[in-house]
Amino acid sequence: MDLDALLLSRLQFAFVVAFHILFPAFTIGLAAFLAVCEGLWLWTKREIFLRLYLHWVKIFALAFAMGVVSGVVMSYQFGTNWSVFADKAGSVIGPLLAYEVLTAFFLEASFLGVMLFGWKRVGRGLHFFATCAVAVGTTISAFWILSANSWMQTPAGFAIDEAGRFYATNWVEVIFNPSFPSRLVHMLLAAYITTAAAVLAAGAAQVIVRRTADPTIAQMKMAAGTLALLMPLQIIAGHWSGEIAHEHQPAKIAAMEGWWETKDVQPTIIFGMPDEEAGETKFKIEIPGTSPYLFAGGKALKGLNEFHPDDRPPVFVVFWGFRVMVGAGLGMLGLGVWALVLWHAGRLGKPSLFHYLAVPGGALGFIAVVTGWIVAEVGRQPYTVYGALRTSESVAPVEAGPVAFSLALFMIVYAIVFTAGAVYMARVALRGFDDALPPASDKAWRAPGTPLAAVDEPAETTA
Amino acid sequence: MDLALIWAFLIALAVMLYVLLDGFDLGVGILFGFAADDQERNTITASVEPVWDGNETWLVLGGGGLLAAFPLAYAILMPAFYIPVTIMLAALIFRGVAFEFRHKAVRSTTRLFWNGAFAGGSLAATLAQGLILGGFVQGVAVEGDQFAGGAFDWLTPFSILVAASVMCGYVLLGACWLILKTEDRLQGDARKWARRALIAVALAMAAVSLATLSIDPRVTERWGVSMSAINLAKFWKVAPVPAAAAGLIFLLWRDLFRNPEGAPDWRPFALAAGLFLTGYLGLAISLFPYNVPFAKSVWETAARDNALGLMLAGAVVMLPVILGYTLYVYRLFWGKVRVGDGYHG
Repeated sequence: MDLDALLLSRLQFAFVVAFHILFPAFTIGLAAFLAVCEGLWLWTKREIFLRLYLHWVKIFALAFAMGVVSGVVMSYQFGTNWSVFADKAGSVIGPLLAYEVLTAFFLEASFLGVMLFGWKRVGRGLHFFATCAVAVGTTISAFWILSANSWMQTPAGFAIDEAGRFYATNWVEVIFNPSFPSRLVHMLLAAYITTAAAVLAAGAAQVIVRRTADPTIAQMKMAAGTLALLMPLQIIAGHWSGEIAHEHQPAKIAAMEGWWETKDVQPTIIFGMPDEEAGETKFKIEIPGTSPYLFAGGKALKGLNEFHPDDRPPVFVVFWGFRVMVGAGLGMLGLGVWALVLWHAGRLGKPSLFHYLAVPGGALGFIAVVTGWIVAEVGRQPYTVYGALRTSESVAPVEAGPVAFSLALFMIVYAIVFTAGAVYMARVALRGFDDALPPASDKAWRAPGTPLAAVDEPAETTA
Repeated sequence: MDLALIWAFLIALAVMLYVLLDGFDLGVGILFGFAADDQERNTITASVEPVWDGNETWLVLGGGGLLAAFPLAYAILMPAFYIPVTIMLAALIFRGVAFEFRHKAVRSTTRLFWNGAFAGGSLAATLAQGLILGGFVQGVAVEGDQFAGGAFDWLTPFSILVAASVMCGYVLLGACWLILKTEDRLQGDARKWARRALIAVALAMAAVSLATLSIDPRVTERWGVSMSAINLAKFWKVAPVPAAAAGLIFLLWRDLFRNPEGAPDWRPFALAAGLFLTGYLGLAISLFPYNVPFAKSVWETAARDNALGLMLAGAVVMLPVILGYTLYVYRLFWGKVRVGDGYHG
C-alpha cells in the first residue's frame, strides 16, 4: 500500500462523510420540527402550524433525498477504501450498523413515502403517525451510528484474536461505550440547534425581502426559543464530551487545547498557531490557570510532548476546528438571545441588523457540525479504532489511481448536487408562505398544488 | 445452528428484494428517457416516488449486512469492484436527488439536466450493478485474505453480457410496473416496451446461463451440464429452475403479446418478478457456497458467532416488521398513479 492511496482514501472519506453529515444533522432536527408543527396543528387546530408544516416539508424532502443518497455511499466506503478495517473490526462494528439499517433506515424510508405522498390516502392521525415515525427513525439512526463511531473513539467490551480480528466480549459495553452517551446527546442537540438556526435564517430572509407572513414570525419565535434553550445545554453537553475525551483520549484534548507541555494547571488558549515542527503553540492569547475549573481530578494534564509524534493527531486542524465550532455555537447563542429580545420588543417582523446577521447565521450550525466532527475524527488519528488499530493499517489494497478517480468523481457530483440542492432549498425558503391552503375541515384534505402543472415549480418566463 | 448459513440466506434475500424492488424503479428510470412529454414523465416518476427510498434501503442492508455478517467477503469484494461500485454510487446520487430536483428546476435547461440525470443515473447504476454481478460470478482473485487482482478485472465480455442482461431485466420489470400503475397511452407504450424487453430477456437469460456453465468446472459439476454432455441424474435435480423460467417466459409472452387486454394489469409484473427469482435461484445454485467466487465460502468469511447471533435476534424481530410496513406502504399506494397526490407546490 503506497502512501498516496492512504492519503487519498482519507481525503475521500473525510469529504464524503462531511458532506453527508450536513443532511442528517438537518433532517433529524427538521423531522422533529415537522412532528411538533403537525402535532400542534392537530392539537390547537391553528392553521399557522399547518402552513409551517406544508412549507418546511418541501425543504425536508430535498434534504432527506440528499441525505439518503450520500448515506448509501457511506455503507460502501468502509469496504472500498477501508477493507482491512472492515475485515478486522467487522464482527464488532458490523452489528451496530446492521441494527441501524434494521431499526431506523427502513422505518424512515417507508414512512417518508406516506408523509410526502399519503396526504389524500390516510387520515390525519395516521399521517401524524407517519411524520413521527420518520422523526423517531432519524433519531434511532443517530443512536446506532453514534454508538459505532464512539466505539471507534473509546473502544470497550472487545478482545482481539490471533488473526488480529476484533470480537465482542460484552455487547452492552460495546454499544454503551464510555464516550457514547455524551456524544449522542451532543450530536442530537447539534441537529436541533442547526435546524433552529436555519429556520431562523429563513424567517429573517423572508422579513428582509418583505414576504413576512404570520408563520414567518411564528417560525422565528420557535427557532429563537430553541436556540436560547438548547445552546446552553449544548455547552454543558460539549463539556461533558470533552471530559470523557480527556479521560480516554488525552492526546485529542491536548491537540484541541494546544497544550504541548504536561502541567498540573493548564491555560485556556483563545487564539494561537500550533507549530508541530517547533512543538509549541505560537502567537497565543491565553487565560492562565483555567484548567482546574474545567477538568476535575487534579492529575497532571498531559501535553502533546507526552506522546510520540507518531501517536499524535494532526494538531493544527484539531485546534482550529475546535475554535471554529465553539465560535459558531456562541454565535448561534447570541442570535437566539437577540431574537428573544426582539420578540419581546415586538420587532421580529421589522428588518434590522439582526435580520441581516441571522441570514448568514443559518450556516453556523452546519459549520459547527462539520468542524465538530473534524475535531472528533481527526483527533482520533492516527487510529481508526483508538489505541487498537492504526489508520495506516486499515486501508484497502487499492491503487492510488482508482482512489483519485473516485475522489474526483465524488467531488464533482457533490459540487453539482450540493449547489443545486442549496439553491432549491433557499428558493423555497425565501418564497415563504404563499401556498394555497387546504380546507381545514375534511378528513383527508387536499394537498396544495393538486393540478398536474402545479407539481412543478413555476417555470421562468425567460428560459 | 449454522449461523453463517442462515445469514447467507438472509443477505441473499435482502439482495434479492433489492434487485426486485430497486430493479423496477431503476427500470422505470431508464424508460423515463423514452417518455413522450412532461406529463408522462411526471406520471412515471410519481409511480415510484413514494417507494423508491424504501427500495434503495435494501441496497444499504445488502452492503451493511455483508459488512456485518461476512466482513471478510465484504473486505475482498469491495476493493475488487472499486470502480463499478463508485460509478453505481455516483449514479444513484444523481437519480435519487433528481426525483426532487426536477420538480424544483425552473429553467428549461436545468430541468432537462435533471431529467437527463434521472434517466442517465438509472441506466448507469443498472449497468454498474450488472458489471459487478458479472465480475462476481466470473470469480475474484484472492491471495490470503485480500483481493489480489487488478482494478479492471471485472471488465470482461462475460460481465458486459451480464450488464446488458441486467439492463434488459430491469427494463422488463419497470415496463411491467408501468403497465400496473398507468393508463391509456402510457400504458400502451409500457406494453410495447415490455414486449421488446421480454424478447431481450429471454435471449439474455439463455446466453448468460450457457456462458456461466463454462466459467468454472464447479458450476458445470453442479448443473451436470457442460458444452458436450449432460449428466441427467444431476441435471434432473436442478432442472425445475430453468423449466420454471421457460414457463414464466411463456406466460409473459401470452400476457404481453397474445392477449394484453385480457390480462389483469398486475399479472405481467408478478410474472416478471417470478422470472427474476428463477434467474437469481439459478445463480445461487451455480455459486453456493461461495460468497467470494471461487475463493471463499460463507463459512470462511463469516463474522464471529456472537455477532451473527446478536444480529439474528434483531433480524428475527425487525424483518417481519419491515416487510409488514413495506407491504402497508405498497398497499396504500396501490392502484393507478394519481399525480396530484404529492406535497410539491
